[in-house]
Amino acid sequence: MAKIEVVQPGLYSSIQDLGRFGFRKYGVPQSGAMDHRAAGMANLLLQNEPNAAVLEITLQGPVLKFQEAAEIVVTGADLSPVLDGGKLFNNHVVPVKEGQVLKFGGRISGFRAYLAIKNGFQTQEILNSRSWCKGVTPQHRLEKGMDIPFLKGDISASEKFSTVRSDAYLTSEVIEAFPGPEFELLSASEKERLRKGHFSVGKDSDRMGIRFQEKLQNSLAPIITGPVLPGTVQLTPSGVMISLMRDGQTTGGYPRILQITEEGMDILAQKLPGEELYIKLVNYL
Amino acid sequence: MQEFPKISRMGERAILLHFEPEISEKVLKKVLAYQKILQEKILKEGVEVINTYNSLLITYHTAIEITYDGFLQLKEELERAKIQDNFKSHLFHIPVCYDQNFGIDLQEISIAKELQIKEIIRLHSTALYTVYFTGFLPGFLYLGGLPEELCFSRREHPRIEVPKGAVGIGEKQTGIYPQKSPGGWNIIGNSPVPLFDPFADPPCEIRAGDKIRFYEVSLEEHQEISEMMEKGEFKFRKEGYDG
Repeated sequence: MAKIEVVQPGLYSSIQDLGRFGFRKYGVPQSGAMDHRAAGMANLLLQNEPNAAVLEITLQGPVLKFQEAAEIVVTGADLSPVLDGGKLFNNHVVPVKEGQVLKFGGRISGFRAYLAIKNGFQTQEILNSRSWCKGVTPQHRLEKGMDIPFLKGDISASEKFSTVRSDAYLTSEVIEAFPGPEFELLSASEKERLRKGHFSVGKDSDRMGIRFQEKLQNSLAPIITGPVLPGTVQLTPSGVMISLMRDGQTTGGYPRILQITEEGMDILAQKLPGEELYIKLVNYL
Repeated sequence: MQEFPKISRMGERAILLHFEPEISEKVLKKVLAYQKILQEKILKEGVEVINTYNSLLITYHTAIEITYDGFLQLKEELERAKIQDNFKSHLFHIPVCYDQNFGIDLQEISIAKELQIKEIIRLHSTALYTVYFTGFLPGFLYLGGLPEELCFSRREHPRIEVPKGAVGIGEKQTGIYPQKSPGGWNIIGNSPVPLFDPFADPPCEIRAGDKIRFYEVSLEEHQEISEMMEKGEFKFRKEGYDG
């Protein structure tokens, strides 16, 4: 099988598909790409199946050497990708020659980029998914010297690119959320602060959960430990709001005040710590 | 019409069923009975139903599958459903080594509770525990049934790292850490049998509604069982249990 060699791992990169389904009953997180939209776009451009495995790249990209020719697409955050010294554009299908090196530079927009390859990365499937997750799969992040396997295929010579530019969401400041199971326990003024206030992603955030920097003082009691999902926003007694992300735990004991929409999750995944955002409450149709 | 379960949507691809807000075997049985009906009679494949103490969460693979009509139909079917709450489960026997090499907080509990270490071990290993559900970490079992004498508050400063297999007590709960992780429970021993193996099918044999009893093993036996585990030769001692 063809391989990509990890020359430098970058800040935090991991292989992700759309995640594990059907294993929550064992306490296994769902996992999968933080930004489904960007990962999906990358696979679509390569005419891959939607669940094909991609490389999720956080803020500072890796240095990758292609041991064989390949066809790739980079989507999501613009982290200034460069192929053998030449600027590479996001949302373009790019043919790569054997021996070429892909690097990333400064961040232009977004927080997470996705590298997809024709037919998807072929890392091991565990519990029906190739998504890496700490505690579930042997690897959970890219490391120097690793090989990422892919299938050799027909490489078309010409560059193709997406004609529909759809990166506006990368800079959106609005996160839509449904009221969560314990939303009604909030007082009128607490709800008001949630609606009107601005929030930002805190530094100690990762694929498991995003902690908002701004607190929401509250008088809510803990709940009997219950089910939580990616996108569930929990409120701690000290006022910290934690949005569980794709690698989030399956159960939790803090009141669940919001459930972020699928689209909101993609937007949130692209926020840099400190970037301002607003929560827009939406209701079920 | 009965008051529980309450049914509501949770995002674009999940439905939450909420039962009486209490931790009891009575509620657990009701929850599991509804889970069975949902899985066997009402829902098609590709839908997952998980339980906690007093909730069920129905998760769909994609967002499109829950239409408003579908939601109303599910609600009606649940209201009509006939619930039977006697079901078959298993009693699992799980080895624990209470040697103080592992049970680093036994001494502290012994002094604070004025209980001899022997007595702590006897109480912990004779009780019959109920598995409520698996959550928090892969393979982490939420157990009920810790003897009142052993209830002990969590550590003021959680440890940054608790080893895989550590058996702990926190408030009214006891459990096994399925992997190395931070932890605030008081550690009284270690079990050599991992409760989660991503390469096994199923990855965790013990399910909600099952019973558990711990039995004491020596340091040497702990070592032997660990080696058997690695070779894939260890099998849980289990028997049928009619709850």
